[in-house]
Amino acid sequence: MNWQEIETLPRCGLESIQLRRLQALVYRIYDKVPPYRAKMDAAGVQPQDIQSLADLRKLPFTTKDDLRDNYPFGLFATPMEEVIRVHASSGTTGKSTVVGYTQADIALWASVMARCLTMAGVTRGDMVHNAYGYGLFTGGLGAHYGIEALGATVIPVSGGNSRRQVMIMRDFGSTVLLSTPSYALNLADAMADAGVTPDDFQLRVGIHGAEPWSENMREEVERKLGIKAVDIYGLSEIIGPGVAMECLQTERGMHILEDNFLPEIVDPDTLEPLPYGETGELVFTTLTKEAFPLIRYRTKDISRLFCEPCACGRTLVRMEKVTGRTDDMLIIRGVNVFPSQVEHVLMGVEGVEPHYQIEVSREGSLDVMSVLVEISEHIFSDEIKVLEQLSRKIRAELKDMLGITAKIKLVEPRSIQRFEGKAQRVIDRRKI
Amino acid sequence: MRVEQIAVFLENKSGRLAEITRVLAENTINIRALSVADTADFGILRLIVDKVDLAKDVLRKGGFTVGKTNVVAVEVPDRTGGLASVLEVVTEAEINVEYMYAFVNKSGSDAVLIFRFEEMDKAIDVLQEKGFTLLTGAQICSL
Repeated sequence: MNWQEIETLPRCGLESIQLRRLQALVYRIYDKVPPYRAKMDAAGVQPQDIQSLADLRKLPFTTKDDLRDNYPFGLFATPMEEVIRVHASSGTTGKSTVVGYTQADIALWASVMARCLTMAGVTRGDMVHNAYGYGLFTGGLGAHYGIEALGATVIPVSGGNSRRQVMIMRDFGSTVLLSTPSYALNLADAMADAGVTPDDFQLRVGIHGAEPWSENMREEVERKLGIKAVDIYGLSEIIGPGVAMECLQTERGMHILEDNFLPEIVDPDTLEPLPYGETGELVFTTLTKEAFPLIRYRTKDISRLFCEPCACGRTLVRMEKVTGRTDDMLIIRGVNVFPSQVEHVLMGVEGVEPHYQIEVSREGSLDVMSVLVEISEHIFSDEIKVLEQLSRKIRAELKDMLGITAKIKLVEPRSIQRFEGKAQRVIDRRKI
Repeated sequence: MRVEQIAVFLENKSGRLAEITRVLAENTINIRALSVADTADFGILRLIVDKVDLAKDVLRKGGFTVGKTNVVAVEVPDRTGGLASVLEVVTEAEINVEYMYAFVNKSGSDAVLIFRFEEMDKAIDVLQEKGFTLLTGAQICSL
């Protein structure tokens, strides 16, 4: 069955494919992944208990804690000889979240990404400027293979050096831009600085994801770059970019590639599944991945699902733009940051008190993270250079841990508000 | 021959200096000399006061981060070349100055130079050897 057929199947046809795949997956992980088997045994559910899609709710959830407990490869369902690539993203403490791919997984990823590109009207004739970061982050390479699978031309420009990016986009005649929405605005600023206008470019469409963005920001990107801007959704645990995508026709929501990624919305408190249209936490089960399948993975992203048919003809369920998180994760310049990671770094620095605060703001189109650190008498000095060394050290260690540069603000003791219960560690001033 | 100096951390926000001087005044602590070192993000206020321990105590109670360090006070005639004569000696001895500030005493004939050296003991030895007058904390307060 080709993509077009799958994406336009009547719901019952799609659901029978999903059920078949889910059943095979559950047997496989019960057999191959001891931590899953232990959780299923504890929940009193056996592979043969999954007789319908509704039985999905019998299966236990998987969380980031499970990934941390089985770091790095404990939840892989294939022997390492079959794993041909790993990626990693932020974990909640010092350890990252590691994901793995077999040859077939890489092909699957390329195909779902190619399908997403197709939804945005990208074809073989396009010149695709891929400004997602290449490396352990799934964005760059995930998009890259999808662009190649589609047969379009990829410019693997990665992030950074906006002036050069602008020149390349103009000289190579890029028609499609892939980047975080904030980096798209950054490129727009770089264009203005270089004295060029959208008319000097062939750009037609922008595909933006990896961080939250609003309708206002979409309008700004569209206006400043003279393009149609669409939203893409993905997370490394599920596969990376390529989980869901807006088509050019839809007024709202991203089509989830449901033949591979089975979505649910659950109440984050009771964990009960919610019907279409209700807001809750997005949960995914990967139906077709080999190396790193996930059962009912709690994404902590807040969204809604709806299944009204789309003008484009696709019958795939759509998810609303992610409107928030059920945990305290921040996304800063496309990078996932947990306050607990910052705390981990600070506690490793001699003399630093466990009182800190993270401030996030947006300067121009760039996210800026500041970390406020209280100066105790243990680390105070009458010499400027000693305090500057301290802030340099904290900055360097945060950069090592998070991959982004933070501003360090040294503040007076007790100037960060104390809380009886859960401390308010984060002040997010960004108006997204 | 060292003088006790108080250093106070200054967050980069308005009113901090005023708050410190208010606390000192309320406790009848007299400031003999001071300097502020500042960066884009924070500052350090350095003070020579007549009641060092009391000052440290009340500032700490007022929520400030306070440190106590030793500095050297050198008395030189208040005329051209006064500072140069001291620096010449420490340069020759290859001693680095971390920071310094100065004030002119009330009589008007002498200036007092406050130094923080990288090697304090060596600096004191060298300066005394060359015949410079080093003041104690009590002497500064009685000027």
